[in-house]
Amino acid sequence: MTSRKLWRFHGGVHPPFHKEESNQLASEFAGIPAQLVIPMQQHIGEAAEAVVKAGDKVYKGQKIAVADHHGISANIHAPTSGKISAIEERVLPHPSGLPGLCIVLDSDGKDDWGDCKLTPYSDYQNTEVSELLQRIRESGIVGLGGAAFPTAVKVSGSLNKAVSTLIINGAECEPYITCDDRLMRERSAEIIEGIKILQYMIDPQECLIGIEDNKPEAIEAMSKACETEENIEVVTIPTIYPSGGEKQLIKILTGKEVPAGGLPLDIGILGQNVATVYSIYQAVVKGIPLISRLLTVTGNGIQRPQNFEVLNGTPISYLAERAGGYTKMAEYLIMGGPMMGFALRDDHIPVVKASNCTLFVSSTVLNESNSAYPDQPTLPCIRCGKCMDACPLNLLPQQLYWHIRARDFERAESHNLKDCIECGACSYVCPSHIPLVNYYRFAKGEIREQTETQEKARRARQRHEFLEFRKAREKREREEKRAAHKAALQKKKQAAAKARAATNGAAGDASDSKADAIKAAMQRVKAKKQARAQQAKKQTKEQTKPTKDAPGINK
Amino acid sequence: MIAAILVLTGLALLFGLILGYASVRFKVEGDPIADKIDSLLPQTQCGQCGYPGCRPYAEALAKGEAPINLCPPGGETTMLALADLLDVEPLELDEEANKQPEVPEVAFIIEEDCIGCTLCIQACPVDAIVGSAKHIHTVIESECTGCKLCLPPCPVDCIIMKPLKISPNNWKWKPPHSIEKDYPVIPSSTESELEESV
Repeated sequence: MTSRKLWRFHGGVHPPFHKEESNQLASEFAGIPAQLVIPMQQHIGEAAEAVVKAGDKVYKGQKIAVADHHGISANIHAPTSGKISAIEERVLPHPSGLPGLCIVLDSDGKDDWGDCKLTPYSDYQNTEVSELLQRIRESGIVGLGGAAFPTAVKVSGSLNKAVSTLIINGAECEPYITCDDRLMRERSAEIIEGIKILQYMIDPQECLIGIEDNKPEAIEAMSKACETEENIEVVTIPTIYPSGGEKQLIKILTGKEVPAGGLPLDIGILGQNVATVYSIYQAVVKGIPLISRLLTVTGNGIQRPQNFEVLNGTPISYLAERAGGYTKMAEYLIMGGPMMGFALRDDHIPVVKASNCTLFVSSTVLNESNSAYPDQPTLPCIRCGKCMDACPLNLLPQQLYWHIRARDFERAESHNLKDCIECGACSYVCPSHIPLVNYYRFAKGEIREQTETQEKARRARQRHEFLEFRKAREKREREEKRAAHKAALQKKKQAAAKARAATNGAAGDASDSKADAIKAAMQRVKAKKQARAQQAKKQTKEQTKPTKDAPGINK
Repeated sequence: MIAAILVLTGLALLFGLILGYASVRFKVEGDPIADKIDSLLPQTQCGQCGYPGCRPYAEALAKGEAPINLCPPGGETTMLALADLLDVEPLELDEEANKQPEVPEVAFIIEEDCIGCTLCIQACPVDAIVGSAKHIHTVIESECTGCKLCLPPCPVDCIIMKPLKISPNNWKWKPPHSIEKDYPVIPSSTESELEESV
């Protein structure tokens, strides 16, 4: 809470924040729904692979899916005890609305851990760093700020690099969402403990907890909890969207900018969300894998907005019921906040590790903060440049927009489209209500597809060339073999002849003498024939002598 | 006058020699233009252009022997890229090209019907079919280019084309539906027309 020099990132907006609606009540455990649907892909990277089958009985905390060991991935654990009723495709909490593989778990209500709890490391400071990292990996912890990047991968990447600053992200800048706020108010000591585990592991020079100034209670609670810690500092930052973006928060707290296409680690910074740090604490000190999290159920479409501790895989409909049911205003169901979230089509979809908010709102309220939903008519771009002033990454949103409308993705890319974090600040300020972010999402998808097609073409070319090469090689080999065979045969013949010549000189070869005999016989026959012919000629001459005009046989 | 002619002739000879030497000394192996063209082609190796594979078509294009609109799998994108590279006028794609499916397709072997004759394996230009004689064959989906060359040789017609499955991993956002499309980009009409289009 000292006065610290803060920086400003470019742009930013002040949408209506709507935090009071859900942050007044203390968080509650949402309870165990009758059925949990647990998607296999809840994180960035490769989907986890189920290690249970339908009909299996599982305990709470039992590993039901293992991380794909080829790439970036994370384990998934049973959020409660019960029976696996199916492993099948269910609709995922994803903007596509497409189904994906899920484990369906019918809970038995006992919430029985069995012996699946991991051994707690009460004295983590005397534990090997690699062991702690293994625990984080084993517990399936992913970044709970929204991106769901496996935490073990992120932390292990920072182990052999000098990390100057560890930034704990408690900014929570997205409107409506208050789960980190409540977490910091209610479990500050555990968060600090989690931070200390990270400090022990990566040994940063300083550790900053960034919290927006619209959360005074959280700031107070956190400051109190880290009073005795020398190396942890709570920094109050001004409320501006999107200060909770990793790169934006780094800029605010340190003045450093992450290079385009780079990682915070490149400039010696590691960022972690407060909820992630809390789950690290849970995994290391309590031995509890990531099976639940705090989640905000809010919006004017819900009776009693509140934060809940929810089990991974809880259906949204169950949460809506727990929060008093829907109001008449419930038109949209948004996963995440109004700025960056996406609409879901029905409420049977489960919440996952990365879900921090389910927002039930009417279209009017939603359009207040986001024009990317289709209720407002779009007007032509008037080139006012407001989006440019609002962009936190200093991009040129309207240029991107024009290029994408013209399907000129290459030009859009050259305007650094890939640096766009899709925060929605440009759409928010657009006086023409152009859903700018949707254009960028569309273009990113197209560019990704193009790159994939090119990669596939490259591989196909390689395979085709290898096939040609293989065919040529096989042909050559066949010919060589034939030639070799021929040569061998000839050699054998020659060798035989040589051997024959050799043996001939000494005792006379059987086959040779045979041939000679045949030759001799043939000559004898020839001679005989000749003799016979001559005799016959003589005879005919003698016979034909008296009758001179008789026709000759030989004529 | 004569001096000038001599100087120019001398220069011409000199540069001619330099150029001649350079063309021998810095000779580029292979055909860089064909390489460039080849990298634009989709590498399905389907032969629909009438050439036995993408490389031969690229070589024909480099020599200027083939038109740029013969590649149905590449579609308009490839044709435009070729026009851009070779600096020629874009051409209409023929009907065949317009019949290409929206979603890319891959071959799929109905394994119950496969008799293990290996004919499709021999036909596949990218080695995307595995199997051996009298054993069931299968297509490696990620390597299949959808060229359909394996369909005709199959004696029991057990190979079909299936559209690639769209999953959350390869799904992409659709272009935003915007009523702005109805407005001319350069306002040329009267206001009343504009109002009509709203």
